[in-house]
Amino acid sequence: MSDPIWILGIHMTKFGKYPDLDTVDLASQAALAALKDGGVSMKDMGVLAAGCLMASNAGIGQQLQKQIGQTGIPVYNVANACATGATALRTAIMAVKSGEVDMGLAVGVEKLAGAGLLGAGGRPKSDKNEWNPSGRYGAVTSTDGRIGTDSMPGVFAQVGMEYGHKYGGTSFELFAKISEKNHAHSTLNPLAAYTKRMTLEEIMNDVMIAYPNTRPMCSANCDGAAAAVVVSDAKLKTLSLEQQRRAIKVSASVLTSDPYEEGCQVLPNVNTLTRNAVKLAYEQAGIGPSDLDLVELHDCFATAELVHYDNLMLCEEGGAVDFFNSGATWRDGGTPVNVSGGLESKGHPIAATGIANIWEVCHHLRGEAGDRQIEGAKVGLAHVIGLGSACGVHILERSGL
Amino acid sequence: MASVRGMANQIPLVDYLVLGDAPHLTARECTACGARFFDRRNACASCSGTEFHTVAVGTDGEVKAFTIVTFAAPGVPVPFVSAIVDCGGTSVRGNIINVEPTPEHVSLGMKVRLATYLIGTDDNGTEAIGFGFEPN
Repeated sequence: MSDPIWILGIHMTKFGKYPDLDTVDLASQAALAALKDGGVSMKDMGVLAAGCLMASNAGIGQQLQKQIGQTGIPVYNVANACATGATALRTAIMAVKSGEVDMGLAVGVEKLAGAGLLGAGGRPKSDKNEWNPSGRYGAVTSTDGRIGTDSMPGVFAQVGMEYGHKYGGTSFELFAKISEKNHAHSTLNPLAAYTKRMTLEEIMNDVMIAYPNTRPMCSANCDGAAAAVVVSDAKLKTLSLEQQRRAIKVSASVLTSDPYEEGCQVLPNVNTLTRNAVKLAYEQAGIGPSDLDLVELHDCFATAELVHYDNLMLCEEGGAVDFFNSGATWRDGGTPVNVSGGLESKGHPIAATGIANIWEVCHHLRGEAGDRQIEGAKVGLAHVIGLGSACGVHILERSGL
Repeated sequence: MASVRGMANQIPLVDYLVLGDAPHLTARECTACGARFFDRRNACASCSGTEFHTVAVGTDGEVKAFTIVTFAAPGVPVPFVSAIVDCGGTSVRGNIINVEPTPEHVSLGMKVRLATYLIGTDDNGTEAIGFGFEPN
């Protein structure tokens, strides 16, 4: 086993609407605060990895440097769908792990407030005056809405329904109850975009987007940023006792893509790559799912949260419905899931999400989570899925000092 | 579907839809491992093989996942039922058609069959024909 990597400083901005700030401002806020949290500065950083999915060719890393410190270090601008933030973090971790640098900074930022429906394209669709086959399927016109759906709420609705077909027990009400839990959790998170408790009836009677996902069961488009400073074990030992005490051990850092399986190019398979990632993560960390004090998983839609209980092996295979109905995933349950409020209420500024979920876990492991603190939390897991697909899993442990 | 008339100028919505007396879908099947794909291929995603042959996909299937889309991109008529249909072991993406798009009328495990319908006629008089699955 190689020496562990540590998170020295970490920060997320409040998620919400920032009409007067751009992505560079938000990324700067998160990065400066993460550096301050770790008691270090840009001069200490050996590498910068940054992502902003909606502007993935804009060089957000260099733009950020021009605001907070052009020290000449290598920048990796990354894009990996909703796993962009986790990919940035993993990139910084790999650089430290390789021994090339002893500290690195990872930043994810997005401005998504008012972005509307994702996945289906922004342009109105209309038929042309002449049918001419084009593209990989030789389509003569747009297929969205004619051969299934390209919209994210619809794709992930089918993911949840597929689980229901395989194992039974799912219903509109069950999926709505998952959303009810996350909205309830969000009331304790001052950084969440939405902190309103919603009743089951309110959730089920809200605007239907793609059955069974109503609007509050979909991740909230919003603005936000998150950043983390990672440090090698050897370097950490040279820092102050307080820095060492607050440092969070990265017990596992895994990124996977989806392996081929029948049907995976027809409906994206978000299951196998998650299971592959978490198996490797548990192995790296030397722990099992029962050791986890809290989990932040990728509830981009209520229908997605259900399948990831199973994929992350929090329950027996096929047992996600019973597991949820047991109350296990509420904050007072045996395996609290998304105590931040999750993407459905905390919000989902895409590239920020894969670091913000790690911030949430770190916050609890440090005992700094205030009203929503999971008492005595020692180990936590953060998971993201980017459709296409990419899965990031990180297991984090408190220092024990 | 019987309503597709034998017009001279018809074109399928996608190249893997075969029109005629017995409309059906085809797949590009990897000669080495049997993995099936609907798009133009460079190699096999399962085994990296580069030889493919065309196979007919069964027209009867079972709904293994669906959603009723009520909010879509501008220009996409809603509501519609998007589904994944298991056609004898091959997963197919398509809409459930000729059914009321409500949770009361569509269910997991529902038996369906391939059906075609007219999408529209272009300036040359050519009809574009789409496909979906209807209750069997």
